[in-house]
Amino acid sequence: MQKQAIFQSRLLPYALVAPQLAIVLIFFYWPALQAVIQSFLLQDAFGLSTTFVWFDNYIELLKDPAYFEAVVRTFFFSFAIAVSSLSFALLLAVMADKPLRGSMLYRTLLIWPYAVAPPVVGVLWIFMLHPSLGVLSRYLRAMGIDWNPLLDGNQAAALIILAAAWKQISYNFLFFLAGLQAIPRSVFEAAAIDGARPMRRFWTVTFPLLSPTIFFLLVVNIVYAFFDTFGIIDTMTRGGPGTSTVTLVYKVYTDGLLGGNLGSSAAQSVILMIMVIVLTGIQFRFVERKVTY
Amino acid sequence: MVEQEGFRRYVAHVILWIGIAIVAFPVYIAIVASTQDNALIANGQMSLLPGGHFFEVYYQTIFVGTSGSTREPVGNMMLNSLVMALAIAVGKIAISIISAYAIVYFRFPFRMPIFWIIFITLMLPVEVRIYPTYKIVADLHMLDSYAGLALPLIASATATLLFRQFFMTVPDELLEASRIDGAGPLRFFWDTLLPLSRTNMAALFVILFILGWNQYLWPLLITTRDDMQTIQIGIRKMITTTDALTEWPIVMATAVLAMLPPVFVVVAMQKLFVRGLVETEK
Repeated sequence: MQKQAIFQSRLLPYALVAPQLAIVLIFFYWPALQAVIQSFLLQDAFGLSTTFVWFDNYIELLKDPAYFEAVVRTFFFSFAIAVSSLSFALLLAVMADKPLRGSMLYRTLLIWPYAVAPPVVGVLWIFMLHPSLGVLSRYLRAMGIDWNPLLDGNQAAALIILAAAWKQISYNFLFFLAGLQAIPRSVFEAAAIDGARPMRRFWTVTFPLLSPTIFFLLVVNIVYAFFDTFGIIDTMTRGGPGTSTVTLVYKVYTDGLLGGNLGSSAAQSVILMIMVIVLTGIQFRFVERKVTY
Repeated sequence: MVEQEGFRRYVAHVILWIGIAIVAFPVYIAIVASTQDNALIANGQMSLLPGGHFFEVYYQTIFVGTSGSTREPVGNMMLNSLVMALAIAVGKIAISIISAYAIVYFRFPFRMPIFWIIFITLMLPVEVRIYPTYKIVADLHMLDSYAGLALPLIASATATLLFRQFFMTVPDELLEASRIDGAGPLRFFWDTLLPLSRTNMAALFVILFILGWNQYLWPLLITTRDDMQTIQIGIRKMITTTDALTEWPIVMATAVLAMLPPVFVVVAMQKLFVRGLVETEK
């Protein structure tokens, strides 16, 4: 696609792209390149000398059980967050898609959590479910659950998943609602005339027609769970207890900051970059498919 | 709709209200906690109804801060967040719209390579390049500065793509007409294209403002001085101290203040917000 009507100028277009190009080169490409170079280097304990070590940092990483655990954990978190948030949001969107009185009000009341920052989400949820002072912890303990997410790794993980899924409901709801509203009403009517009950109509008509939206949201939710959960984890558990809530991004952060292990941190960054490239690639392929739908 | 059964609608209303309650509950608790006495909360005896310390707590939060080591008024943190969010939103829109203009309305050597260089940055979120970026910002002496907070987050492939897409739909006749009127490229951009892009810019601004205000990892790395903290960083530092010393009403008041501007933007400019969200994700 190209414009037919254009301007002629030798220097102006370069001046116009210059600011963005400068920022992109200085703050994106240069650091990304540094990360790649750094990932092939090994610094001694005092930072006095560096040696080129080929793929040693990567091999170390892949042999490190802690890294492997973080990979598994991150994928598990992503899956759990995506599934729980998507299903709840889909339920709400299907309900809100009905011609109800006050449907605009419902939409407003369901989309605002999109604007709540991840660290704030973390603070809100740890406060509610804090072992000693949380208002919900009382009830959990009354139910006989020994609730202490600050000591129990599984409970900490559950808390992170819950909080992260909560934040993502509004986003998913909005896109599901848009997807539902794009389905022509006549399709439902045809199915109803054929005698399909509402539940059956949902699984045989709505759900398949919504599958592009579901797939798109699945990718977005996974990317969200990879990156945006950082703020939630950092305010809620700081990766603890032990390492039971350390995700890949959190590990890049702590290994580089506290451990000072820059080579390993850089290698982790490069692996993350590759994952983002794959995920973005999947997303774009899908977007192209949606156009031909 | 197909069936007009009153019962199904009734169920839909009930489910939606339950959903709204689940979504709103954590925030309700925060608001309630921000009006209560710390001693009650610390004992785990917080009431589920608002207390009477509203003005006292918010006054202390905004103008004084916690009594602990990170004694920094939250009002100042909000100002930092506001400057950063505005700089990111305005900066992204400004540099993206002019680069999209160059790419769509001019033919020049390296046009497509430049487009791809910008486009690929979609795949380099700040999380995957934090330490090298930190080092560059440090070398440029931009730690603890607004420029350091905003600049690395300002380049946006999404905004460039969005404006490019929009410019492609602008009829060629407009350019020809303004050329007959004797307008050059800058005049055309300023008098014709910019006014046409107003809605797109506003929708984008709403989204970018929220994203900017909610930044966390980057400000966490590059701000060391307390007076440069954004509100998201401030709130984290407030709960750093051991549990017994955390002043929960102030923490919760800060959480409420941190949510207020972006939530207000979403609710007040809902149409623009939805449009911006759907378009930036395309």
